[in-house]
Amino acid sequence: MEAKEYKTIKTEIRLPYELAYGATWTRFFEGLKNKTIYGTKCTKCGRILVPARSFCPRCFVDADQWVEVSQVGTLIAWCYTNYKYFGMPTEPPFIGSLIRLNGTDVNFLHLMGGFDLNNFDEVKKIIKSGMKVEAVWSDDRKGHIMDIKYFRPL
Amino acid sequence: MAKQVAIVAVAQNAGAESKDNFYDQAYAVTKEVLDKAGMTRDDIGTVISASSDVFHGGISCANSYYWETTGAFLKNASRQDGESLFALFYGAMRIMTGHYDTALVIGLCKGSENPSNDTCTLMYADPFYQRGVGLTETMAAALQMRLYMERYGVTEEQCAKVAVKNLGNGLRNPYAHKKGRYTVDDILGSERLIDPLTALQVAPKSEGMVALILASAKKAKEVADKPVWIKGFGSSLDNYYVGDRDLLNGQLKNAADRAYKMAGITDPEKKIDVAEITEPYAFQELMWYEGLGFCKEGEGGRLMDSGFTGMNGRIPVNPSGGVLANNPYVSRGLQRVVEAVLQIRGEAGEKQVPKTVKTALAHGTHGYAGQCHAVAILGR
Repeated sequence: MEAKEYKTIKTEIRLPYELAYGATWTRFFEGLKNKTIYGTKCTKCGRILVPARSFCPRCFVDADQWVEVSQVGTLIAWCYTNYKYFGMPTEPPFIGSLIRLNGTDVNFLHLMGGFDLNNFDEVKKIIKSGMKVEAVWSDDRKGHIMDIKYFRPL
Repeated sequence: MAKQVAIVAVAQNAGAESKDNFYDQAYAVTKEVLDKAGMTRDDIGTVISASSDVFHGGISCANSYYWETTGAFLKNASRQDGESLFALFYGAMRIMTGHYDTALVIGLCKGSENPSNDTCTLMYADPFYQRGVGLTETMAAALQMRLYMERYGVTEEQCAKVAVKNLGNGLRNPYAHKKGRYTVDDILGSERLIDPLTALQVAPKSEGMVALILASAKKAKEVADKPVWIKGFGSSLDNYYVGDRDLLNGQLKNAADRAYKMAGITDPEKKIDVAEITEPYAFQELMWYEGLGFCKEGEGGRLMDSGFTGMNGRIPVNPSGGVLANNPYVSRGLQRVVEAVLQIRGEAGEKQVPKTVKTALAHGTHGYAGQCHAVAILGR
């Protein structure tokens, strides 16, 4: 940051938090460690929500029927991110994506990858909304959302 | 809503970075709005502020710090976080209780001092799932834009025209932060930050202290020559997780229908004379045309092409330049109200639309890809 032409104070706030996953998300993220994606089914509307949820926000009833969902799905939407920002999941370029896993009723937010992302014109030839995609797992899994490295085109 | 609560005075400051501090800026805008109303601090019954903590100001319980700048000493006052339009609604409701004749509503934001919008909006994300994937408001918007273009055949050029219009309108707004005469090619040729969005289609981060004085019908008649009446307001909230939502069928229609119903409006495309709406990303203005009922679903691009929302159109939208020209993140919804009030009073200066404005609409939105929408209808 350049110095301003008027007097300023530069300050930074570092705040440590330790946040509980809770029972439902502990089980979901532990599942990722074992290359399993869990959803839960709403007992009223029957929708399968993924990641697993403790309740259906629409029906407002428990969603406690656990299901292992498919690791294959359809690319719904994507964006080619080509700038750095605080908290970015990986060095750019990367492709933020919404994916509808087979048999589920909501979109799953993740990344697309598995091919050369550096040239956007080439990327555009490969990636198309509606294409079939499949989860690719990291070898070093910690029970984190990025245990899935990305989804690759099928 | 019959004539129960009026806006009797408004004030705002400029959006570009300034050397003034937050505290003095807030005092200055409060003082200005009181002077315009011919009131003193003692004439204010209750104070509602709209602000946000740490991320948008670097201070926690920020209201404890700034209350005295709003004239709230010894008064009933409370702070609202999230979409700032709600502060207007709460001020109106307090007057409608009959306990107060006046309310000061103030939105406070000094965006130039804070981390980027992306940093702040990453922190909206739950820390387990969405934040881990790097979700920001900009990423959510880029995904929504892709869906919108592919579903309805809306073109990049149509989206870019919103930025051409609003940054051009900003030239007539002395308070606007970002403005200029651009072509569609300029907009599309600006840095492709997150395809399909380019840099000039993304709102800046601006300063904006925005103050309004509301008054009961009785008080308004005493103090204001040109009271602007709050005719209706409404809001609606969508689910939180971006993947749970239909990003093309959001809550604006619900919010608008509630506001129109309260205002007794059944044909908004005929009754609304001017609209000031919150479009942090250019294409969203097209989507919001649809949600507000100015055109049918998927026809926002064509409405833009037709000139319907230009300065000389049937419903000029964002004659101030909107949020693309000026984005005080926290107070932007209230700023839309200020601009709408100026249009109704015929006091919008060079940005005054060339028609009689009887009814104006102000809109705010908050959360990923429009999770929350709020709409206010104002009129003579």
